[in-house]
Amino acid sequence: MSVERALESTGNWLDDRLHGARGVRVLLRKVFPDHWSFLLGEVVLYSFIILLLTGTFLTLWFQPSMTDVIYHGSYLPLRGVRMSEAYQSTLHISFDVRGGLLIRQIHHWAADLFMAGIFAHMLRIFFTGAYRKPREINWLIGIVLLTLGLLEGLFGYSLPDDLLSGAGLRILEGVIQSIPIVGSYVAFFLFGGAFPGHLIVPRLYILHVLLIPGLILALVSVHLFLMFHQKHTQMPGKGRTNENVVGAPTYPYFMAKTGAFFFFVFGALTVAGTFIQINPIWLYGPFNPVAMSAGSQPDFYMGMLEGALRVMPAWQWVFFGHTFAFNVFIPALVPLGLVFTLAAIWPFLEQWITGDRREHHVNDRPRNAPTRTALGISVITFYGILWAEGANDLFANFFDVPLYWITWAARVGIFVGPALAYIITKRICIGLQRKDNHLIEHGVETGIIRQLPGGEFIEETRPVSDEALAILLSRSDYPALPAAETPETAVPPSKMRGGLGRVRERFYKVLTETAPAPEVNGHAIGHGNGHAVEGNGQGHTAISAGAGPASADASEEDH
Amino acid sequence: MSNNPSGQPGSGDSGEQSWPEYLSSRESRGSFGPGESSAESEGSVPPRRVIGTPPPATARTMLADHGDGGAAQTARELPAEPPDPVKAKKAELIVAACFLIAMLAGFGFLVAYGLIGVGSVTDAQHSNLWLGGTLSLVLLLLGAGAVIWVRNIMPPVEQTEARHPLRSTDADREAFKETFEEGAETSQFVKRPLIRRTLIAATVPLAVAPLVLLRDMGPLPGTSLDHTVWRKGRRLVVYGTGRPITPGEFSSPGSIISVAPEGFQDDDDAMAKAAVIIIKFRPEELQPPTVLPWTVNDIVAYSKICTHVGCPAALYEQTTHHILCPCHQSTFDAARGATVLFGPATRPLPQLPMGLDSQGFLIATSDFHEPVGPSFWERS
Repeated sequence: MSVERALESTGNWLDDRLHGARGVRVLLRKVFPDHWSFLLGEVVLYSFIILLLTGTFLTLWFQPSMTDVIYHGSYLPLRGVRMSEAYQSTLHISFDVRGGLLIRQIHHWAADLFMAGIFAHMLRIFFTGAYRKPREINWLIGIVLLTLGLLEGLFGYSLPDDLLSGAGLRILEGVIQSIPIVGSYVAFFLFGGAFPGHLIVPRLYILHVLLIPGLILALVSVHLFLMFHQKHTQMPGKGRTNENVVGAPTYPYFMAKTGAFFFFVFGALTVAGTFIQINPIWLYGPFNPVAMSAGSQPDFYMGMLEGALRVMPAWQWVFFGHTFAFNVFIPALVPLGLVFTLAAIWPFLEQWITGDRREHHVNDRPRNAPTRTALGISVITFYGILWAEGANDLFANFFDVPLYWITWAARVGIFVGPALAYIITKRICIGLQRKDNHLIEHGVETGIIRQLPGGEFIEETRPVSDEALAILLSRSDYPALPAAETPETAVPPSKMRGGLGRVRERFYKVLTETAPAPEVNGHAIGHGNGHAVEGNGQGHTAISAGAGPASADASEEDH
Repeated sequence: MSNNPSGQPGSGDSGEQSWPEYLSSRESRGSFGPGESSAESEGSVPPRRVIGTPPPATARTMLADHGDGGAAQTARELPAEPPDPVKAKKAELIVAACFLIAMLAGFGFLVAYGLIGVGSVTDAQHSNLWLGGTLSLVLLLLGAGAVIWVRNIMPPVEQTEARHPLRSTDADREAFKETFEEGAETSQFVKRPLIRRTLIAATVPLAVAPLVLLRDMGPLPGTSLDHTVWRKGRRLVVYGTGRPITPGEFSSPGSIISVAPEGFQDDDDAMAKAAVIIIKFRPEELQPPTVLPWTVNDIVAYSKICTHVGCPAALYEQTTHHILCPCHQSTFDAARGATVLFGPATRPLPQLPMGLDSQGFLIATSDFHEPVGPSFWERS
């Protein structure tokens, strides 16, 4: 009772000043949809919070300085060795600060989980179509956050000035130098002169602890605010539409769940930080430009760039006294640039091709967007092959395969792999759709065989439950292309007649390719791309939501 | 109450409702999961004010508005009790156990911090194990307890909230447009191009200023990438010990060592370009395009800095004479002028012209004849 009174008087005190009773009440009752995959973004958020907490702890001892010192600390094998203050203070944190090693390892694991979470979250958003209108802005913010995360991670693990991270910086310097025209200037500005100099660690430090985390924090806030304001998407299911949100209220359900999840993420990272050694810089030794360990690997999120550098053939032009180092700047910029650019423009490209300008709040099942899913798997394959190539020496060693074979396989694979992945994924998606159709049309097989009086054997089926049916029937339709203005002459509208219109029409056919819509009681449900459905002879003249297959047919007659 | 600028963007469908409307609309859309609590128990709960509910005066008005329907007004949206009290009781004990052990582990963390010192590798390991182990327990048990609590003690609930198109109404858009245009007009920004243009002109140099300010981040490269500290007469010394080298000491074929210019061994900036490997061959093994006059007694010196992106090309395979860069596997043929055999590097490792001084030690006879390390724009 007294707790209640204390809460009440605190609440009243605050409300007298902030006028929040009504607004906060609405917040407490805000409905959040639930699905395991919605936790991926939370993994990222909580990893970020843990990074801020642990990172602050590390700054209490870390010295971002490249001044040479001779080590006299408690790690015996390195006593008397010349090293930078940055490296020395990292050793100090690891061996002479209670909990220092733990927090350092949690910090590093959290960074890896942060990036892994971003990738997983991004893929979830892509494959379920959650980037569609009205969420394109948040999708773009997410891509910026991913880019910032890559830089933040790279700069962070470069700070201890150990042999491994120094090699990473050396590669960074080589890559920057290769940029045409401005390369060597940018490298000299960044490093404050020739590599390695004495300025790169303090410069990366301030970027790592202030500028980039500040940007990430700001963008994460906007990202969350938009998610909140636009309300979260939901997975398809019974009673879930584009006009509602089905889930549990924030208070107490979502709060309790997400609080628990924070503890799980923190707990898992602590387990990793305790039991799984990460970045043992004392084994690598301090940086010096003359030494390098075989089998060196960057953190996983840099692996793709590393692989791109390894897979590239030795191409270089020299003319008019200038060097075009294609062997370096193409792999450094093109593959990742391609993936990010494609990701950034995809929502808009898809909108333009399909003409779909509606809001989407119910997620797609990946199988119900076969082309999008195939494209996504194709990009994953491309990325994955380069990523694996980034560890080609380890694979060669482990599987006892000649190193150059692996590189050659990757050189061929980055072209063949994505194409194969596209074709196979698309077929699998359409196959799964057909399987769904079978379930809808014929029900669930029970395994019970019955003999009819006439001697015929049939298998009994039972109808699909309402909940399952709602999911099975959740295929998005696509608006039809603008069709012929007058069906008799079948002349397409002017904007579809030009080169761009034809391109769009071609893409439209690829993008909307699905299995035929299921037939229930002789009527097609939903809308396929017009296969197998006869037109009714009345071409629609405008883009309309869920326009019948007839208009799709009409547009097919265009050529 | 109804004109409450709550500033809550997520307030959704309830944004423009008065309290009674708001409550009744809530009521209609709330739906309990299994285990909906009984109507009598709801009716018997007297209206009581908690945070976030309207003050008693408003509540009374609401009751009065609806006459005898008071009970319906205070109907709960969320069920009060879990569907299965026995199961909930069991879960309660488990949750409490989780929290209790978490507390004990938390004390364990504090004790471990106090008892286990650091200062050696073994101590640091023990400290790490105990601090991390106890902290893991605390966090995981808190998480587990909370999840069991939500899933087994809180009654399951599913609610449906309406979603409205994000697009504002035409009236709102029109009103916004008017307000915006009014402001623009009142400011005279549009009408007075002189102000507008001078303002824009004033910001141009300001925008360039930050870029200019960064100019002193580093010196211009000039020709510094073309040269190293190697000079005619500078001795080659063993990297590490710093001893000068005679061909006699370095006589077993197939051996390789890293070499520094004398006096620059600890200068990282110099070594980042000047690091060299020397390799001893059997007679006749060295072939062009190796510059044979630059070798001494079948010892050849190559830059150690990979021509791809500058890693130290450090791995040497005796039988094949291959130098392999561990970063990106550029492979060079050491017996043939370090020409590229495989990998992304485009150029051979530059060869250092080498000779002997009067005391019989290996010296450079000049700097490298071409820039070492990765390609750059100005390199011809």
